[in-house]
Amino acid sequence: MSSRTLPLLFINLGGEMLYILDQRLRAQNIPTDKAKKVMNDIITTMFNKKFLEELFKPQELYSKKALRTVFDRLAHASIMRLNQASMDKLYDLMTMAFKYQVLLCPRPKDMLLVSFNHMDAIKDFVRDAPSILNQVDETYRQLIEIYTPLSGGEFQLIRQTLLIFFQDMHIRVSIFLKDKVQNSNGRFVLPTSGPVPHGTQVPGLIRIFNCSGEEVKRQQFPNGGSYSSALREGSFEMFGERVIKLGTNMYSVSRPVETHMSGTAKNSAQHTKVNTAPNPLAKEELNLLARLMGGLDVQNSPNADSGFRVNLFATDEEEEEALISRPEELSYEVINIQATKDQQANAELARIMGEFTEEREPSQSPSDKGEDLLAMMDGL
Amino acid sequence: MYHKEKSIQIKSSASALYNNLSVLRIAPRSLTYFTVVHANVVNMVSASWDGLNFSHRQLQSKEGNIAASSSLIMQASWCVLPSRELLVLTSQKGIQMYESDGSIMVYWHALDIPETPTAQAVFARGIAAVRENYICVGVSSGSVLVFDVPSKGSNIMLSEVLEEHRESITDMASECSGSLECIADLVTADDSGILCVWKSGEDFQLLNKIPGFDVCCSSVKLWKGTVVAGYGTGQIRLYEAVTGIVQAEVNAHARWIYSLDIAPFSGLLLSGAEDSLVRVWHLTLTPETNSAEIEHLYSECVTDTQICGAKFCDGDGYAFAVTGYDLSEIIRYTQA
Repeated sequence: MSSRTLPLLFINLGGEMLYILDQRLRAQNIPTDKAKKVMNDIITTMFNKKFLEELFKPQELYSKKALRTVFDRLAHASIMRLNQASMDKLYDLMTMAFKYQVLLCPRPKDMLLVSFNHMDAIKDFVRDAPSILNQVDETYRQLIEIYTPLSGGEFQLIRQTLLIFFQDMHIRVSIFLKDKVQNSNGRFVLPTSGPVPHGTQVPGLIRIFNCSGEEVKRQQFPNGGSYSSALREGSFEMFGERVIKLGTNMYSVSRPVETHMSGTAKNSAQHTKVNTAPNPLAKEELNLLARLMGGLDVQNSPNADSGFRVNLFATDEEEEEALISRPEELSYEVINIQATKDQQANAELARIMGEFTEEREPSQSPSDKGEDLLAMMDGL
Repeated sequence: MYHKEKSIQIKSSASALYNNLSVLRIAPRSLTYFTVVHANVVNMVSASWDGLNFSHRQLQSKEGNIAASSSLIMQASWCVLPSRELLVLTSQKGIQMYESDGSIMVYWHALDIPETPTAQAVFARGIAAVRENYICVGVSSGSVLVFDVPSKGSNIMLSEVLEEHRESITDMASECSGSLECIADLVTADDSGILCVWKSGEDFQLLNKIPGFDVCCSSVKLWKGTVVAGYGTGQIRLYEAVTGIVQAEVNAHARWIYSLDIAPFSGLLLSGAEDSLVRVWHLTLTPETNSAEIEHLYSECVTDTQICGAKFCDGDGYAFAVTGYDLSEIIRYTQA
């Protein structure tokens, strides 16, 4: 549907990822200089010029798996390492948070304010690093230039595209359950109270006009909720009050990233039928992915002294348990590609992913890069 | 006024798309057909009126010669012409027309797809059967395609392209009262809220262009010469189709309206929105004074559900059905 969806998806998911990592780095008492390095490296990679050029080109959305691959690489752009269970959980938390924001944003256009809330927070993370700040500002300008002229209808199409991307994901997240914004079945709570969106009137009034346009009758009806009038519109400029809170950092010392997360509700299994048929678009998608990942410049490969691991769970045992007990329908399976057959087409991706592989498994012969790719994706 | 009936389960959940529910009553067989779009699949259910039998079918968006594709479907709607009934699907790739039971694809119209994706998305959306032999379909460029449909067979022809809208078509509707006295046959709506009112024929004639207010009109109906339009601001407006004079304005919903429907025999109007509410209204038209009135009758909150489809199941508005984003069921309500 909308070919303008990917940048918003990437920036907002990235923003959520940074909130969570920031909180976990603090919780695990990682030394400030190392934590700072991780945040700076990831933000630098996220806002890499070449990468963003690819990102901002009009294009269809990737599959969940493909995007997960991009975020896997991004999360490992620095000296920090996450094992699979933690990465799964990180991705679950990011996606459910952004799904909530997309679903709840008052008007489709307010998704841009949600994005700006993320961007503002990212700028704050790198406030001491002027060169990274410049990179982020450049993206900010691009977002404003591309998105502010769009109509409400175009934003609705972007929103509908995102909702299809997030469809049938009902992972329960502790922080949402505790705040009572998510039900035990994984569905989000939709309020029938509070301020109506900017530009909308509180429901309840019927006005009748005669043929010369004069109002001849007014009637009230009970609106079934307890709405109040709209708040002022948030700022769509580079600086300013966004008014809406969606997309701001919901984690803090007193509200940590919950290390316990419930699995899916039993009855959700029926909606999550995994399509096992080979996807003929996989090749096309891989090419897109290759172009995108080509821009994801990973500068640091961790060495034994500086590298460290971050855990999204309270203990290592819990993390291991989560890996084993993860429901099958939630596994981010590998992209089903015929890497060996499409070797030539995917040479570029293979090269990039090959570089990525080497960080973990050196000593692979260069001749079977295609298979490496498949193997590496299997490993994700 | 209405009470909830047993829901109908569907094979996959409804996507958040405008007017994402279509209902066809097959009186001779005491059956009702429902369709709901899920990403690149259309869920089709036929339900017997005694509530005992349900049969399911899923239609993939197979596009002409392309063997398989993941192109997303924007809308599925039954088109009832006097001589035949067709199921029309619109997607990112084009327009498919099936026999009403979904068994055979009788026509395929491909959209012009640029080699590399452009900023402007390409899709078809907005479907209406008009008079004896026309099926009209909207396109994201703003064009309205008019297809001439023979009483049987697959010799469907693109007979005209109407170029009055500048923004993506959102929805369209033909006169639903069945009255031959009405001058206007078709109303089309777009992302900017502009409404075009048409008289059908070998050449479709533009009767009026009702200005929008840069607010998307997501669902539109035409009943006894009155246009009923639902907007992104949650408003419903009534216009006299031919003159474009506004007759009523209702602050109906707290969020974007996704679906409107009219029960032509009783003048009941159904509206469903992202605010999780479905409302039933009563329309009264007084032709002598060219005036219309609208009265609120009933509201139902479908808790925690952003409604994407709401349709009456019969011409009197005795029952209606609702779908919502991420919901794998069709919820039904019947008058007590």
